[in-house]
Amino acid sequence: MARLSAESEELARTIIPRYPRSRSALIPLLHVAQEQDGWVSPEAIAHIAELLDLTPVEVLGTCSFYGMFKLHPVGRYVVGVCTNISCLLLGGEELLAHCEARLGIKAGATTDDGMFTLEDVECIAACTDAPCLQVNYRYFLNLTHEQADALFDDLRAGRRGDEVPEHGTLTRVRQRIASERWSGHGAEGLPVPPGQVR
Amino acid sequence: MAVSNAAPIISTRFAADDGHTLAGYEASRGYTALRKALGMGPDAVLEEVKAANLQGRGGAGFPAGAKWGFLPKDVFPRYFVVNGDESEPGTCKDRPLMEHDPHQLLEGLLISCFAVRAAQAFVYVRGEMALAQERLATALNEAYAAGYVGRDIMGSGWSIDVVLHWGAGAYIVGEETALIESLEGQRGMPRLKPPYFPAAKGLYLQPTVVNNVETLSNIPWIVLQGGAAFAALGTEKAAGTRLFALSGHVRRPGVYEVEMGTTTFRDLVEAPVYGGGIRHGNGLKAFIPGGASAPWLYPEQLDLALDASVVGPAGSMLGSGAVIVMDDTTCAVRAAWRLVKFFAHESCGKCTPCREGGAWLEKILRRIIDGHGREEDIELLLDVGDNISPGPFPHPPLDGQPGVPFPFKQTTICPLGPSTVSPIHSSILRFRDEYLIHIKEGGCRHD
Ligand SMILES: Cc1cc2nc3c(=O)[nH]c(=O)nc-3n(C[C@H](O)[C@H](O)[C@H](O)COP(=O)(O)O)c2cc1C
Ligand code: SF4
Ligand code: FES
Repeated sequence: MARLSAESEELARTIIPRYPRSRSALIPLLHVAQEQDGWVSPEAIAHIAELLDLTPVEVLGTCSFYGMFKLHPVGRYVVGVCTNISCLLLGGEELLAHCEARLGIKAGATTDDGMFTLEDVECIAACTDAPCLQVNYRYFLNLTHEQADALFDDLRAGRRGDEVPEHGTLTRVRQRIASERWSGHGAEGLPVPPGQVR
Repeated sequence: MAVSNAAPIISTRFAADDGHTLAGYEASRGYTALRKALGMGPDAVLEEVKAANLQGRGGAGFPAGAKWGFLPKDVFPRYFVVNGDESEPGTCKDRPLMEHDPHQLLEGLLISCFAVRAAQAFVYVRGEMALAQERLATALNEAYAAGYVGRDIMGSGWSIDVVLHWGAGAYIVGEETALIESLEGQRGMPRLKPPYFPAAKGLYLQPTVVNNVETLSNIPWIVLQGGAAFAALGTEKAAGTRLFALSGHVRRPGVYEVEMGTTTFRDLVEAPVYGGGIRHGNGLKAFIPGGASAPWLYPEQLDLALDASVVGPAGSMLGSGAVIVMDDTTCAVRAAWRLVKFFAHESCGKCTPCREGGAWLEKILRRIIDGHGREEDIELLLDVGDNISPGPFPHPPLDGQPGVPFPFKQTTICPLGPSTVSPIHSSILRFRDEYLIHIKEGGCRHD
């Protein structure tokens, strides 16, 4: 596990100038790191700190607030089963228990083969399609226990690669702004005042 | 049964296969509202939005036009931030707007930026919504290439950049000042108030408007049809249509766009085109009218209108447009525990009553469910709750019925703390007997 690759660093360098203050790019850059390695390594944190002129501890301080950033390696597929209210009412807890039994791990753990990490998650905004789960933040809705079994079998056999990329990849489409279309922060042409907020 | 008859405004492309593409959007309406707005000038657009009486759809319900009007004169640059962090349990109406109709949102955002003379805009999408991020990234790329965003928009000489940003898993980041902290690369903790609105001091301490995805999705229609046409829908105090996410024990859960003010909770739950009634013909036990934070309502309140000025005095709120229905097989203690667990987990930890109180409330409820409850636990729950959200319990009789203290009073920096207390009050008020059965018998009659 490593610092950002040349490719990741180049991506990071296109993201940073989109913000009036470079620190705003911190969360997007942490996603770049997690996309590269599947988790956020100490080396990546140090590299991001260099790119943003922060200390590694400032980067870690922000990073550790957010539950999606994993500070240790996790499974190729992170399965999040919602047990919040709307799902609780329609079998979310039972679905989680079924997944635990099927994968042979408790929520919070990773299978020995490194395939799956199982999580008991809060509402994922699919409440009208309960019970539901996400695999690497892709939705599987109104799920029966049999459908969950089939899904895990497919993932293990590598049959759903198109639908579910490896953990760390969120959007597979990047925002691109051609330089001649970029207006450069300011309809009024007013510069951002200098100085840090804090 | 009377149901809303207004034509939908923002969900018209939900069922279309290509509604999310620029081609699909241009085929149905395209960026005609933006073109019209650019011709009207910023002040005229602002007036239309004020006339529309468009209340914010994110939770607080503050009128968008009035909020924009709070921007201090002559302080620039100003920023615009879209709140796409949707994570209030029960709520799932911004996600379809981002997934199925990203251009409508972008057009609404662009018009709004033009009206308030913003320098730059950020679309903050919830981290867990990979498809919404993909759809918005694609839409932005298309819109940039087509000249709808960026430099010299549609040859008007007006320019603005819109940057797609996303979070990384934290409910509290939905609170607008926490959203701004997060966008500055910080831990997502709410800021101390005042200032009460980021309009005064927001992103980089500059004037900033934060609006919800659904709020902004209404703007193109308002510009094309006029603010008065929007205000004419619904009632005087509840204008327009709104998306409601109906979940839980109804036959047909779903996201429905209905006319506000004239539609009631009963319509939503029972009408065949919406909820279709309680599943299995069961009885209704309680419903949460505005997302997990809202105090619960009970069967005799089904005829309340979908209108914040009606639901407020009845002791709850329309909140985030999420109606969660619980039938009579639901264990009230378990439902309350799950909601409290959520708020305890999502507390950002900045203030003690919420950080410590939430965690204790969850533990006390857990031990009651596990059969280790003590008789004094009910009073203990109320007492800890009183440290977070002070006030008499129950509330003095309202319409002859005692209620839950509302609106929340708080000892905390943001309303998340008091939200922890609302399911506890709501369940003890009506279902104290269920607590007593758990405590005395160590079990639950719903198991
Ligand atoms: C704890 C908490 C969570 C919130 N979550 C959201 C959210 O996920 N989405 C949202 O639009 N507003 C949320 N809000 C409300 C925002 O603070 C803000 O009022 C809203 O985004 C303003 O937009 P509107 O005026 O268009 O509704 C939340 C508020 C609180 C206190
Ligand atoms: S009330 Fe809770 S979530 Fe809100 S600022 Fe205080 S600790 Fe954070
Ligand atoms: S409660 Fe499970 S997705 Fe919302």
